[in-house]
Formats: sequence, C-alpha cells, structure tokens
Amino acid sequence: MSLPATRPAAASGSAGLHTLLQGTHLWRGHELAAVAVPSVPTGHTALDALLPGGGWPRAALTELLCARPGVGELSLLMPALARLAREENRWIVLVAPPHLPYAPAFALAGVDLSRLVVVNPRQSDDALWAMEQALGSGACSAVAGWPNRVSERALRRLQLAAENGRAAGFHYTSGAATSSSLAALRLQVEPADTGLRLRLLKVRGGGMGTTLTLAA
Amino acid sequence: MLWLALHLPRLPLDVFERAAPLPGPAVVVAGDGRTVALPNAAAARHGVTPGQKLSAALALVPDLETRTRDPSAEQQALESLALWAEQFTPTLHLQPPDGLLLEIGGCLRLFGGLEALAARARDGLAELGFDATLASAPTPAGALLLARNGLDSLVTELPALRSRLRMLPLDGLDAEATVLLSLARLGARTVDDVLRLPREGLARRFGQALLDGLDRALGHRPDPRAPFVPPARFHNRLVLPAPVPAVEPLLFGLRRLAAELCGFLAGRQEGATRLQLRLEHEDHPPTDLRLELAMPSRDAAHLMVLAREHLSRLALPGPVEAFGLALEESAQLAPRSLSFLAEPGSGAESRAALVERLRARLGRDAVHGLALVPEHRPELAHRVAEPGTPAASLHHAPRPLWLLATPRLLAAGPQGPRLDGPLALLDGPERIESGWWDEGDVRRDYFVARDNSRARLWIYREIGPGPGERWYLQGLFA
Repeated sequence: MSLPATRPAAASGSAGLHTLLQGTHLWRGHELAAVAVPSVPTGHTALDALLPGGGWPRAALTELLCARPGVGELSLLMPALARLAREENRWIVLVAPPHLPYAPAFALAGVDLSRLVVVNPRQSDDALWAMEQALGSGACSAVAGWPNRVSERALRRLQLAAENGRAAGFHYTSGAATSSSLAALRLQVEPADTGLRLRLLKVRGGGMGTTLTLAA
Repeated sequence: MLWLALHLPRLPLDVFERAAPLPGPAVVVAGDGRTVALPNAAAARHGVTPGQKLSAALALVPDLETRTRDPSAEQQALESLALWAEQFTPTLHLQPPDGLLLEIGGCLRLFGGLEALAARARDGLAELGFDATLASAPTPAGALLLARNGLDSLVTELPALRSRLRMLPLDGLDAEATVLLSLARLGARTVDDVLRLPREGLARRFGQALLDGLDRALGHRPDPRAPFVPPARFHNRLVLPAPVPAVEPLLFGLRRLAAELCGFLAGRQEGATRLQLRLEHEDHPPTDLRLELAMPSRDAAHLMVLAREHLSRLALPGPVEAFGLALEESAQLAPRSLSFLAEPGSGAESRAALVERLRARLGRDAVHGLALVPEHRPELAHRVAEPGTPAASLHHAPRPLWLLATPRLLAAGPQGPRLDGPLALLDGPERIESGWWDEGDVRRDYFVARDNSRARLWIYREIGPGPGERWYLQGLFA
C-alpha cells in the first residue's frame, strides 16, 4: 500500500524525522557497521562480501563446523593460505590433522611448502597446547587445528592467542551447530549438489544466518 | 697492566650450596675428618669457628650437618668460573685453592671502565652462587693480597698499591705460619714493619722467597703468570645437599649452571646449538637429556625454557643426587647490532624458537614440514622435511589434500567400488604406472569419486595380473 503522492506531509513531523535520520547519532538496524577488521581475502568473492573486513579475520579465531570430512572444508581455506604464504614470512601450521597432509595437493593449491609446518601430537591435550603456542607466538600467519573436545575456556584462550600473535586461527570441529562459541566467526560447512554450502552461524558485526553456496 | 683478583673465601662451602642451600647449621669438615674447615652462617651463629675440633662443634650444635671438603669439586668450580670469566678477558690465571686472576687492562674501555666491569663481575658472581671479594691492582700478587684480606678496593696505580699493602696486617701475607710467627716475635705487625727490616737479614733468616714475594706484590719485580689453558669441553656439575625426587628443585641450580655456560659462550662469541644435561642417580645409571636448539643461543633464560620443557616430560628413574651441563656443539653467534629501523630480522629467530618449543614438548618427529619428491607413485611423491625446506614447482592432475597412510581396500559392488553406498566416478582415469625398477611396481587408474554424503574421494583401481578389479581409497579432497 503506497501513500498517494499528492498527500502533504505534516510540516514539523516529517521534517523533524528527516533531520533525525540525517544525523549520525541514530543507528538503523540494517546498517552493518563498517568494522575495520584486518582480514585476508578468502578467494571467494561471494563469501568476502558477507564478511566484515572482506575476508577471514587475520587476528582471530574462525570456527568451521563440518559434520563429515572430505567435502571441501580445507580447500575452502587454500586461496587465503596461499596468499598468506606468499605475502608473509611466517609459518602456516596444521595441528593434529585427521590424515596426512599431501604435499603435492598443497603445492597445486599454490601454498608455498616452505612455510608449512605439520604438528602431530600423540596426546590430544597437547593439540590445544600446540595451537595456543603457535597462535600466540607471532611467528605464524595462520594456524588450522583439529583438536578434540575443546572447552569454552580453551576456545577463549585460543581466541586471545590469535589476537596476541596476529594469526588467523581456524578451528575445525564436528560439533553441534547450536552450542555457543567465543570464536569471532563461525561457519557451518556442508556439501551441496553444486558445490559447498556455507552457513554463517556467527559473524562479528551482524549477518547471522546467511547461507551461501560456492560452486565447486 | 691491570689485574682483577677474585677471592672466594667460602668456596669449600659454596660448592655444596650452589645447587640449593644446606638446611640448618652445617660445616665443611677438613680432610682429616676432625677439624672444622668452614661453618655456614647458621652454624657460625651458634659459635662454630674455622679450625675448631669437630667434636667441639657438635657439642655446640648437636644436629649439625657435615660435609667432607671436596678439593676436586673446588678445583672444578674454579675452572668453570675461569671459563665464565673469559667473557671479560682472554688472559686468566687460576690461583688455587680459591682465587682467580683476570688481566683487564686491555678491556676496560669495552666494559665502560673499571667500576662498571667490577660491578658486572660482582653481579655475575652472585648470580652464579659464589661469595667473592674483588680487588684490582697493577700487580697480580698485589691484587690477590688485597682481595684475600677482604678489601674490595680497586687500585690502579703503583704508589696507591704500595701504601695500601704496607698497611696490611702481617697475617695477610702469603707466607708460612712459622715465618709469620717469627716476624711477629720481632715486633712486626704490618707489612710496613717488615719492609723496614734490613733486606739481607730477612733473606738470611727467612729465605729469599719471602722478599721476592713482597717485591712482586709491590711491583719491584716482574711477575709473569702462566695463562690458563681452558679444557677442551665445557662442562660443570653441581651436587645437591640431599637427593631430590622431583624435577622442580633442580631448576634453581640449573639456572646457575646455565649462567656460567652463557658467560663462557659470550667470551667466545658463540651460541650453543646442542647441550647435554646429565642427572645422576644413586642406584640407577645417569639420565642424559639432549637439548637441541634450532638457532645458536647464549641467552640463559632461553636455555632454561628449553630445559624446563624437556624436564617436564621426564619420568625420573630415581632421586637426583647431582646434575651437570655439558656443551656438545656450538656455533658462531655475533652480538646483535642494534638498528634505528624496525627489526625485520627477528622474525627468523621467533619462527625457529616456535619449532624448537613445540619439539621440546612433543618430540622431534611430531613437528615437521613437507616436501615434494619427483615420483609418479603418489604415496612416494611426498616426504617429511625440516620446516622451511623450499619446494620446487610441479604440474599435476588434481590431488587430494588428505592422504591416507595406507590405502584402504573398498568393497566391490555390481556397479563398481562402494563405500557406505555406491561411489560415483567424477573424473579420471589418470593412469599411473611406475616403479618397475625397485620392486614397488604400481599400475593404477586413479579417479575422483563422490560418495553418498557428497564427500569427494581419491580412489584407484589396481590393474593387476589376476582377474577381477580391486579398488582402493587413498585420499580425501578435504
């Protein structure tokens, strides 16, 4: 239902509303704040458009929920990892990967192998420790980890470590989507017929719940 | 020439207390087993004095701890101290049983003057756990005499030295007790009195040695000293007052050993790359820990972090009685030159330090890099490598990010391979035939397949001599 164009607006009412809306001290819900989050472009423009900062946050923890491995959850990171390996002289660390990282595949994806470090602790508690050490050291540009049973407290520590060490942390878990988390960014990764379906579960700065399908 | 003398009056006690203080009143007993050589502060408060009979001391303090004097440990401590002192000057002379001479005339500018150097030496000695008096003089014997008499004086000129020495009481002289007694009977109370006596008479009664010694101290005669020859390998050792069942109490003494080692390394402009930490047990063979460093270092705090990580993973076979540190390998390490600009180079150090820290706790093999091998057989086309190994570029058909350690045999169904359901072949075949020369013969057709849950798999069909097809899963396109 639209207002008839000729209907005159009440003089003081809409003019006052107009000035209020023009003023900068009024924030409207649909306006996403342009947060200056240092980010590394993901390599997928559709995904970059949805993330504040236009990419994976460079100094925070991103959580990737994936029920089944092998759907492309790690390939998702490859463009960003390749870029970080090119641009920065710091390590890219994989902690407790579920299988052997296959060097030719990483090389094909454009990741400089001389930046890659694989950490395989024998005990699962050590995986969290190794992730925290790597994230906080300042010597890593990215750390991807597959730890078991991460508590909220541990997640908080990983997040802090990522901030301190200016590292992009990626926490892979098969956990339930409903559990709360302190990660700056949470995505659910599922296979789709045409490629990969991503659901943004949590984004600092708004944009929750958006689903995006990336072509394979 | 300017000499700095270090006198360690409590060395017999220090060798026992460097690892940890002795609990309660304690004495070091002389070699004969009957006389007190040196009491510690707690024992001295109860009235125990050096030279006292042990039985008298025990009467004063019934629960007195005793340790037999260990001259070899004292000599070793003195030698380790000399190695540590090499950071100040290359010209050293040991003066057993309890002294060290450093020729510092040439190094004063580097350390910012005599006062600064002496202060640094004092701080360093305290950090190492030694109780020492420092004195300097233009002659070595003069410096030793001043230090032995507990005078913390820094004398730089001969006239000042002579007047100081003259005022020394007689028993401060380096001479036999009988000689000193006879001189005292002559009415001499200070060195000055002795010097006033006629020289020929002194020589005839007490021998030329006394006069020569005095002349050398006063600078009337030259006093060449044989330079200290360092042992081939740096190693030191501390004995604990009582066997220790845990690792934590070792850290206090270990810090001192690390400080000694770093002083030694500083003197040679080197950094340690491999160390051996040996823990001695009473009823077990010693435990040897090898500490490896990714980059040479002479930072005591860094070495302590590494040692702590190794020790925390260790299960002790028995209580530790003594421990020692030995330097196995070292490398040149120039001091860092400061720059006005931001430091991009320090990144390399922290990258190496992270790998080191992870390896110290998780084991050397748990941390590695990846490298490519020019090979057609996929399982051989990669290997583990040191992190940071550069890789050559390559051209390939698609490869999965995850490789299974052993290929997994798939069930065969009517339409082909199955894994929880039929697999759909998406891409392939990629024929790989290789390895006829080393018994690892491989003839496979590789395919990219998709399973029910839409995961993408890397599978191959083995082309074998026998009938039937065998399918294997070798990787996941994660």
